[in-house]
Amino acid sequence: MTSEIRSPGGNAVPDADTQREIYRRMALIKQNDERVHKVVKSGRLIMPYYSARGQEVIPAALSVLLTDKDFLCTIYRGIHDMLAKGLPLRDLWAELGGRVTGTCKGKGGPMHLTYPSKGIMVTTGVVGSSMPIANGLAWASALEKDGLVTVASFGDGASNIGAFHEALNLASVWKLPVIFLCQNNQYAEHTTYEKATSAKQIVDRAIGYSMPGIRVDGNDVFAMYAAAQEAVARARGDGGPTLIEAMTFRFNGHILGDMDGYMDKARKAEAMANDPVSRFRRQLIDSGVATEADLAAIEAKIESDLDDAVEFAIDSSFPDLAEMKRDVYAEEIA
Amino acid sequence: MGNIGLETLAATRVATIREGINAALADALADDARVLVFGEDVADPEEGGVLGVTAGLSSRFGDERVRSTPISEQAIMGAAIGVSLRAYKPVAEIMLMNFTTVAMDMIVNHAAKLRFMSGGQTNVPIVIRTMTGSGYSNGGQHSDYLEAWFAHTAGMKVVCPASPADAYGLMRSAIDDPDPVMYVENLPTYMLKGAAWEPGKRIPIGKGQILREGTDVTIVTYARMVQESMKAAEALSKDGISVELIDLRSIQPWDRELVLASVARTRAALVVHEAALPFGPAGEISSVIHEELFNSLKGPVRRIGSAFCAVPFSKPLETAFAPQAAGIAQTVRTMPLR
Repeated sequence: MTSEIRSPGGNAVPDADTQREIYRRMALIKQNDERVHKVVKSGRLIMPYYSARGQEVIPAALSVLLTDKDFLCTIYRGIHDMLAKGLPLRDLWAELGGRVTGTCKGKGGPMHLTYPSKGIMVTTGVVGSSMPIANGLAWASALEKDGLVTVASFGDGASNIGAFHEALNLASVWKLPVIFLCQNNQYAEHTTYEKATSAKQIVDRAIGYSMPGIRVDGNDVFAMYAAAQEAVARARGDGGPTLIEAMTFRFNGHILGDMDGYMDKARKAEAMANDPVSRFRRQLIDSGVATEADLAAIEAKIESDLDDAVEFAIDSSFPDLAEMKRDVYAEEIA
Repeated sequence: MGNIGLETLAATRVATIREGINAALADALADDARVLVFGEDVADPEEGGVLGVTAGLSSRFGDERVRSTPISEQAIMGAAIGVSLRAYKPVAEIMLMNFTTVAMDMIVNHAAKLRFMSGGQTNVPIVIRTMTGSGYSNGGQHSDYLEAWFAHTAGMKVVCPASPADAYGLMRSAIDDPDPVMYVENLPTYMLKGAAWEPGKRIPIGKGQILREGTDVTIVTYARMVQESMKAAEALSKDGISVELIDLRSIQPWDRELVLASVARTRAALVVHEAALPFGPAGEISSVIHEELFNSLKGPVRRIGSAFCAVPFSKPLETAFAPQAAGIAQTVRTMPLR
């Protein structure tokens, strides 16, 4: 099969309820990010944190097309993916705090959040490693013909590691129901796309794997929704994998605390001036899909949920030291 | 190559190690629809593996469950991990142990750690089949014993069967196991004959076996070195030295109780393996013996491993590379055993 590199087609505009839900997920990601910055800077919790501020549209527009049973493998810069997929705030924040009430009893932390009841199966701290494992989850769907979709989320830097190439090749020859979702935020840690990547655009790499590729403005809700809809339909319909390259821009440095001296200040200022969250907020009001009061209520609810989650985390206990002997193997270590 | 205990097999069915592995996979595939076998060349159109270990399985169980893959070790291990997260029991072949290096991120950072890092929400019940061993002129990148790397990784189990029945029984246990198991096959002894397995019988992971009882010294070993050590024990018995021989069978976890009980009786121990000595399994085992039994030992625990170099190609060098019966016996003769 010849692969086709193009922008998403069709007029797949989400209905009004879906648009409001996409906004809710975007606002949740943005406000959660702002809260992490605030809490870490206050010293109340200490953690390594990789902000995805600026990338809110991508998981928000994709996740409304998924159910809790669909699977996600994401990376250390992936809390936005997981919030969109339904990770509860209390469980998230307790894990960020290393508390026993966290998703992983505090043993995983922000880079290894796991929440199977929402399909959040693996979060990896290693660039590129979400993809080979996503194939295995999707293989089970192919064997069972259950129509479930697995999404492997990763950044532009990950398309230069071997795991990307091995995984795309296998997914293509085995026709697996997986979506390779590249969030191209222009920076691989500190290094620009241009310095590190030979392909003019990552989506071109789909051609080499005989896989449909879609390049999309990942900050445009309707375009991202249309791209996701096409890829999800292909996976559910036994049509095999898709590589999506969603173009976006990371507002912050690689890790919280880095001074982002390597980032182009003009590009960053321009991206922040076009903040996709405030842009979509205006669009919803201008198009009459939501009122200012509707959106303010959504945001206020998120703020109070965050207040609750942060306090829940801080009030929770740390895990018992005996936890170091548990979950190494099924049987506790003597 | 020698055969194990054939004199005792008059009324017993005899089979090879290769047949033991194949039968274990076939029985597991037949017993449980969630067992999958895959890796490079494993299906019958590709001749059931480069050495035929998986021959016949895809014809019998279908090419969805027994599947040849691209030469992509990271993709193979990733697929194994992912499908195991959905309650399948994959047996993934990494053709040669040296090729695990290509998949180390998947094995060490993911397979071994997901249970812990997820706080027990997920587990990775996979078997990694891999073959290795010097003696077949395969040189420096096809023959290494690397079990120490995996035994050193929390979350991994490692087994090294040395007989047909153990090959069968350890494979069945590895497939049953809820955690990742590295199942190390010795290429040069695939055709070694011994007593056949009892169908369905598991050999528990973590349990060694006394192959020969003795009173003067305990030799602790596994994999192909079991045969070399057995020959050494036979030679030593002619000199009046009584060797107790333990086949560990499992490296992680290893059978401390069996080893310590034996050495408590013999008060002398030699650990033999084909892996290189520095930082190898014998270092761990001898340290534990020293820690637990120091005051009762007749002398220090001794270790024998392969030369500390890449496995050489040139035949005289390759032959001299790995421990042999004569060298094992000679080392025992230098130990204080009274």
